[in-house]
Amino acid sequence: MTPTPSGGSASLLSIDELGADGVARIMDLADHMAEVNRRPNPKVPALRGKTVCNVFFEDSTRTRLSFETAAKRLSADTMTFAASQSSLNKGESLRDTIETIGAMGVDAFVVRHGSSGAPWMIDGWTTASVVNAGDGWHAHPTQGLLDAYTVRTALGRAAGFDGVRIGIVGDVKHSRVARSTAAAFAALGADVVFVAPRTLLPPVPSMPTTEDLDGVLDDLDVLYLLRMQRERMTEALVPSLREYTARFGLTPERAARLADHVLVMHPGPMNRGVEIAVDPSELPGAMITKQVANGIAVRMAVLFDILGGGASLEKGAR
Amino acid sequence: MSLVIRNGTLIDESGERAADVRIADGRVVEVGADVAGDDGDDVIDATECVVSPGFVDLHTHLREPGREEAETIETGSRAAALGGFTAVVAMPNTDPTQDSVEVVEFVRRQGERARLCDVRPSGSITIGRSGEQLTPFAELADVGVTLFTDDGNGVQDPQLMRRALEYASGLDVTLAQHCEVEALTAGAVMHEGECCSHLGLPGWPALAEELMVHRDIELVRLTGAPVHLLHLSTARSVELVRAAKADGLAVTAEATPHHISLTDELLASYQALYKVNPPLRTMADVDAVRGGLADGTIDAIATDHAPHTPESKEQPLDAAPPGMVGLETALGVAIASLDMSLSEIVGAMSWRPARIARIDDEHGRPIAAGEPANLTVFDPGHRWEVVPAELASKSHNTPFVGVPLEGRVRSTILRGELVVNDGRALR
Repeated sequence: MTPTPSGGSASLLSIDELGADGVARIMDLADHMAEVNRRPNPKVPALRGKTVCNVFFEDSTRTRLSFETAAKRLSADTMTFAASQSSLNKGESLRDTIETIGAMGVDAFVVRHGSSGAPWMIDGWTTASVVNAGDGWHAHPTQGLLDAYTVRTALGRAAGFDGVRIGIVGDVKHSRVARSTAAAFAALGADVVFVAPRTLLPPVPSMPTTEDLDGVLDDLDVLYLLRMQRERMTEALVPSLREYTARFGLTPERAARLADHVLVMHPGPMNRGVEIAVDPSELPGAMITKQVANGIAVRMAVLFDILGGGASLEKGAR
Repeated sequence: MSLVIRNGTLIDESGERAADVRIADGRVVEVGADVAGDDGDDVIDATECVVSPGFVDLHTHLREPGREEAETIETGSRAAALGGFTAVVAMPNTDPTQDSVEVVEFVRRQGERARLCDVRPSGSITIGRSGEQLTPFAELADVGVTLFTDDGNGVQDPQLMRRALEYASGLDVTLAQHCEVEALTAGAVMHEGECCSHLGLPGWPALAEELMVHRDIELVRLTGAPVHLLHLSTARSVELVRAAKADGLAVTAEATPHHISLTDELLASYQALYKVNPPLRTMADVDAVRGGLADGTIDAIATDHAPHTPESKEQPLDAAPPGMVGLETALGVAIASLDMSLSEIVGAMSWRPARIARIDDEHGRPIAAGEPANLTVFDPGHRWEVVPAELASKSHNTPFVGVPLEGRVRSTILRGELVVNDGRALR
């Protein structure tokens, strides 16, 4: 089995641009990467000689570590540039930063930025590939892909998600995870519903919505809980976290109602006692650590798809 | 020696006719068929062109003093002249603010030094545009300020706005409002709707404009003092103004070239060139604003010319400042976008804004013997596309690249003097 990238895009900025075929292609590649990750020595030379630079303008430990691990398992060289946006404001522009790092010889930038759209601007300034690792409220495509991959493997749905019912619960409005994960699920044919009060939905939601979690809970195959930022109360978006948990949290009562096959997912980090008021390790369908593990395989798939250029995954393996 | 414009079609408030125009000593001296000429006369052949009163821009950001890296009064005046404007109202959000005689006089002097356009400084409504204390309206009116606005921001406090209107009554000045309830637009980057939902950008709801339009209409009803509403952008705002005018209230309004031609979908490019305040809206809003201009609900086309450096516009949308340059493209956008006669378009760019700015003693005048010679000659059928690097404005942040424009200024005459000829600035 020697997958070669076919039609791989030079950059991965959003699920929309990847399209349904692209999502399916990454899923198939991720299967191979998961197999690599199960080996005693989980490393292949596929991206030897390639340099991947993580440029993180916003703090993120887990996504950065996940991309770093993925690049290393493919034998790429990695660099990391971490800067708070405030230090960038002291002088050098975003463009100058990217052009400076690019001049060192970078094949792909993995970009996290607090401003929606920043990876698109960066993509316009560099000939290197750009992987969006999260921009503002907008997109986090590798999270969407790893979530889709987690559902695909857990439910054995390699052929697609037709008939799978997924509820994404919480602060959809401010969530790049919600946008990308909903887009990835929908691209594979799932029925997605956003469960949130009107205040936590975008002005024109891209999916059907409901405010009644209990009304849809019994119909769901996947319960996807979003992180609830504690500062949302001060913006009058919800009256209190207590009320939020009562209406939209996974309480012990709701957990007891879940059928055994229902997957419970969360992008992390969790606010225990807020969106999830039970111990996830006691839930039969909890996927939260699997999501993290699958993140490595999916990010390997993305980097290989973009940078592999026909390299074999098997060459020199083991 | 005089200047003769031959073979043009004259358009002014009295109508449209073919005639030649002779200009001398800063005034129109003769209008008629086959005006005689001397050997030493400068002659403009205006065949297939319109000769109109010079355009008046109610809404220009010249950036000087304070932001000279983006625009100076000289470069902005040159852009204005090239766009056919013989007068511009300079917005007060300079640094320092145009809230004192000293700053206002400085702006006027810089305009006179450039001699490209009649620069009319506005004053702020509140000191430092901070929304707290009234600017000395009478002191500034004494040195010729006729329009006051806190543009860049709206006056948030209704009590303060009421007092400003009451105090300004009788001073023969106009108060102009940037309509934005800021509590509804914190952090907003673009129009609130389907596009912003998809792009993950904070939305600027139409309601934030409409609430203040409504408030100020009611303040006009209460105080009887006139209000000019700047850069209207939503369908509902147009309806509110239409109803206010039907009630006979002293409300006037303007719309920008970009709000009659561009929509929020352009933000999908994530290019800050398309970020502006108020934001680009939907096609339904664009149609409503066009309709407002066509039926006279909206009195004037005003550019909201807002120069910004490339560095500041090359930032992510949330960090980049709002604003677009517009002086040099206004006519071309207006003719290309509006289903209105040339006479109506010229009116919306000339005599109507001249009256709102209270400078109609010199601008927007009929083309007749004895009148001040502030005139524009333009080719209404000329199709063109803007090339940012060729703009005279110091900043090139135009959103109209690739947009077909129709109508281009050939000559601009300021107080009898040719300042633009054949589309080139003469100084």
